[in-house]
Amino acid sequence: MSYLQIRNVWKTYDDNVILEKLNFTIEKGEFCTLIGPSGCGKSTFLRMLLGQDTPSRGTILLEGEPLSAEPGSDRGVVFQKYTLFPHLKALENVMLGLEMEHSPLLGKVFGSTRRRIKEEAMAMLESVGLEQSALKYPSELSGGMQQRLSIAQALVKKPKILLLDEPFGALDPGSRADMQELVRGLWKMYGLTAFMVTHDVKEAFELGTRLLVFDKVRHDPQAPNAYGATVVNDIKLDKNKRKNKGEENVEKYETTIA
Amino acid sequence: MRLINLNAGRFSPLLKILPFVILGLVYWIAADARHALNPEDKLLPTFEALGDAIKTMVMEPDELTEEPILYTDTIASLTRIAKGLGIATAIGLILGIVQGTLPLFRSLLSPFSAAISLIPPIAILPILLVVFGMEESAKVALIAIGVAPFLVRDTQQRSMELSEELLIKVQTLGASTWQIIVRVVLPHVMPRLLDALRLSLGSAWLFLITAEAIASSEGLGYRIFLMRRYMEMDVILPYVAWITLLAFLMDWVLAVIIRKAFPWYRKEK
Repeated sequence: MSYLQIRNVWKTYDDNVILEKLNFTIEKGEFCTLIGPSGCGKSTFLRMLLGQDTPSRGTILLEGEPLSAEPGSDRGVVFQKYTLFPHLKALENVMLGLEMEHSPLLGKVFGSTRRRIKEEAMAMLESVGLEQSALKYPSELSGGMQQRLSIAQALVKKPKILLLDEPFGALDPGSRADMQELVRGLWKMYGLTAFMVTHDVKEAFELGTRLLVFDKVRHDPQAPNAYGATVVNDIKLDKNKRKNKGEENVEKYETTIA
Repeated sequence: MRLINLNAGRFSPLLKILPFVILGLVYWIAADARHALNPEDKLLPTFEALGDAIKTMVMEPDELTEEPILYTDTIASLTRIAKGLGIATAIGLILGIVQGTLPLFRSLLSPFSAAISLIPPIAILPILLVVFGMEESAKVALIAIGVAPFLVRDTQQRSMELSEELLIKVQTLGASTWQIIVRVVLPHVMPRLLDALRLSLGSAWLFLITAEAIASSEGLGYRIFLMRRYMEMDVILPYVAWITLLAFLMDWVLAVIIRKAFPWYRKEK
């Protein structure tokens, strides 16, 4: 049985069909990159995986179980907009998820549990290279550092799948390259199963083990919303060939997206 | 050089006190002029007369209470305003967060509290007096009722400012509704609630003095209105200045609390 099964999933808002006939499976440890023109439903698909939205038709199964209809700790997320807690220092931002697990009432722990959680969070901060900034508030960190922190915050909960919604969209090219390197490293280290929506075709080819291209197959000029997008291309990216293949295909798909 | 680019620089402290000095000078000249015409003038007492009156208020024990009147009045008024604002803050915090974070309760309560907030508080003062009589609770209730609706609505708005992404994120960290309120909404709302409280100090004093003027036997507002009957401006003017100073100090204390207790709050902006 596959890790994640997408079975005939449709998403419609009133008469507008956003996504249609999504049918594919994802194995554990795959890094899926999602590309496609804007407004083609990539983010909607991610929202459904997250539980922020539910499919209008069809089902999504994670390890054979239907996804719960609200976000939960089995699915971690990193958004493009920095979603850090401004009143907590970097270390506390990472500790929060662990603290809430141990203290239902206060969401805050003390004593030996706190020390243990602190160590775990610190190790997580180290793996994203933020150990120097552990005691800084998010507002004192640069955009790239904030995204690193956001990733650490999500990973410390050891989610079954990690969802990345254009996580590097707001970063300058330098930090972007660093972040890609970091995410690749973390994916290998933790054996993550990840979905990443991106607009950067090169990034999609380089980071992913599998590339899903979303687009509309059918067009009705009289009713532009009558048909939704679906996965038009499902490319398995071979690790060894990935780099070369990426270079070749970037141009081809960049025109599709534009 | 353009006016918008001119800064006071090292003259800044001087500029800050200048209007106060001018006000004092104008008063002095006016009082002097009136006393030149009529040495018995009561409208603008001289600084000397003001000084004497202040001395009496601060030093001499009252026949009834055996305490100086300024002391009795200040304690009575501050107790009322503190109780009133305390109750208003608690209501604002609880209802504001409930309405701001829980859509179900927002549907239930939001239109109701919006309607309640439109009732002019002074209009229900007679009702409060009927219910509570001359007791302290009438005055405390007026302040609480006057200020709470604003705090509820402001706190609701502040809770709703939290981005959808942030609320999704905290849910992916495994938070329950209660944990979200305690660890995310409450810290976000607290410094903002104190800011809102600072803004409502003006109306709190307004309600306090109104209530004291109408139904009281001590307090700063009571004293001012009592002295008006005898046109004792030498008491009224220092009392007004004292009330202003107290209001200023309360505002300052709240500002300090916000700065010390929520160091991240200013940085966030």
